[in-house]
Amino acid sequence: MAILAPEASSRPTVSLVGVYTWRFLREAPKIPLTILTVLVVLAVFAPWIAPHDKLKPVKPSAEDCIAWFGIEKCPYIDDRPPFWGKEVRTVSNPLGGIQRIKVKEGRFNVVLGTDYLGRDILSRLIYGARISLMVALTGTLAAGVIGTALGILAGYLGGWWDHIIMRITDAWLTLPTLVFAILLSSIAGPSIKNVIIILAVVFWRRYARLVRGEVLALRERDLIKLSEVTGVSTFRIIFRHLLPNVMNTVMVFFTLIVGVSIIIEANLSFLGVGVPPPEPAWGLMISQERESLMEGKWWLAVFPGICIALLVLSANMFGDWLRVKLDPQLKNR
Amino acid sequence: MGRFIVTRGFQSLITLWLLVTIIFVAVRITGDPADMMAESRGDEAYKAQLRKNWGLDQPLHIQYAKYIFNLLQGDMGHSFEKSLAVRDIYLARLPNSIKLGIAGFLISIVLGIPLGMLSAMKVNTQWDNLGKIFALLGLSVSNFFVGLLLIILFAVGLGWLPAIGKGDSFFDWQHLIMPAFSLGWYFSGSMVRITRSSMLDVLGTEYIKLARLKGLPEWVVMAKHALKNAMIPVLTLAGLNLVIMVNVAIAIEVVFNWPGVGQLLFDGMSNRDFPMVQGIVLMSGVMIVILNFGIDILYAYVDPRIRLAK
Repeated sequence: MAILAPEASSRPTVSLVGVYTWRFLREAPKIPLTILTVLVVLAVFAPWIAPHDKLKPVKPSAEDCIAWFGIEKCPYIDDRPPFWGKEVRTVSNPLGGIQRIKVKEGRFNVVLGTDYLGRDILSRLIYGARISLMVALTGTLAAGVIGTALGILAGYLGGWWDHIIMRITDAWLTLPTLVFAILLSSIAGPSIKNVIIILAVVFWRRYARLVRGEVLALRERDLIKLSEVTGVSTFRIIFRHLLPNVMNTVMVFFTLIVGVSIIIEANLSFLGVGVPPPEPAWGLMISQERESLMEGKWWLAVFPGICIALLVLSANMFGDWLRVKLDPQLKNR
Repeated sequence: MGRFIVTRGFQSLITLWLLVTIIFVAVRITGDPADMMAESRGDEAYKAQLRKNWGLDQPLHIQYAKYIFNLLQGDMGHSFEKSLAVRDIYLARLPNSIKLGIAGFLISIVLGIPLGMLSAMKVNTQWDNLGKIFALLGLSVSNFFVGLLLIILFAVGLGWLPAIGKGDSFFDWQHLIMPAFSLGWYFSGSMVRITRSSMLDVLGTEYIKLARLKGLPEWVVMAKHALKNAMIPVLTLAGLNLVIMVNVAIAIEVVFNWPGVGQLLFDGMSNRDFPMVQGIVLMSGVMIVILNFGIDILYAYVDPRIRLAK
């Protein structure tokens, strides 16, 4: 122990990791990295950051209640406009001929207004980041694990393994992603867990294809041939030699697929077979507000839409950057 | 060539069989169709009755045999909700989806190919950046959201276009233009990317250098030598996109209330109409298998290296 101790402490692992992380962050494109960081922070710390509850309506003040309903106490004010907006409506009293002016004003404590049940939109958007990120990341990760495993098996073992796995993958690939996801989720029923499973079931095939191609090329390389000659077990070859070598490709693909996953999840939620209400998934929020849209209350559907677009956009930009960085051949593409 | 077609045809048949089997298995692994059909109405007795009526209580291999046997006769079952053959309902809706798909396809080509070419010809300039940003936006903004924005702007805001529906006459472009644009928008992103990279590949070749050295005007080099050679991968993707567009416009058809296959799928989902949903999904897979087969044959016809390989 005495001999080992100074050696272990002199190893500069921590600072090297720091240097690499810093270099990585400095080279990464600023805009997508910033957006992603902000969204991740919002998602992780949602309960502390969100100004209101995600499921309970915001309690309106007495003057707001009087202005809109004409009474002092009301449970909530629905479809309240964002802080800059103001909705004014005149109603004639059926008893007398007196007209009453109803006013719904935007307030800074509910910055982006409230939805059809009087819930704070900003808080729901913040919690929505949580759902979108969690579902997409877990689903894509699961798909990546399954796909990479099958791809390596098909590519390295070859023969019947390859034939069977690749035939199945090809057949799997013929179903359009969204259509297949809808079939599965309409049977499995809407729930967050099911959406994750469906993303894994739908996306593993693309990884399998890609990884198999990589492995086929790697198999002919000297490092694998030498390991085989020296009698390294198949298990060890796969985990110590093949897996680390395909990780680059898998990682790049992961970032690109995350974007598609988010869109698929939004589509499923929008169509009512993804994340079930009352959870604040962005796609679901858009679909719940489709009718208010026709009344000119555009912001209700636009805010969650912008959130989806921003998240997917930055994931894609980040993925593109990573792809170019890890593949020098693409530098000028 | 004949032998190539036979081998590929055989492979496609296997793929079709696997596809059918995957759907059969996936449906039974992820849940119970009877649950889907019964949910709100459902006590156990009712579910048992449903299973009996739809043959879901039989052993799996018998269900599977019946399923395959019916499919071979072109029978995809009866709609749970409408008591009509799934095939007939599907075929009645398909033309609308094809119309929307073709319109979206044209838009994706008109937007995507010129912009992709421009990006490749003026690589690493402002034009190239424009192409990149356009492609990124296309791939990142979900198409139903584009549809909603269009409705907000042109139907609700400006009142120029009707928000929903299909219109009465076949050439009613006013109803068609918004859904077609939201559909084509997404696919134009991928068109820009593939046109650009394919053009860049071609522009780096020797024969383009030769054509320039000969002193041909730049537009002749581009139009006659570069474009023709760069179009093969672009057209392959375009063909695939067309078939995909017919099938995945679900959210768009729902947003615009367009009576196509996607809306049928959505209705099937909402009405818990299991045979309907399964039939539509199956058809979308079949269409793509057939298309892939066609593309392979076409490729082999154009390029002898493919049909003579192995």
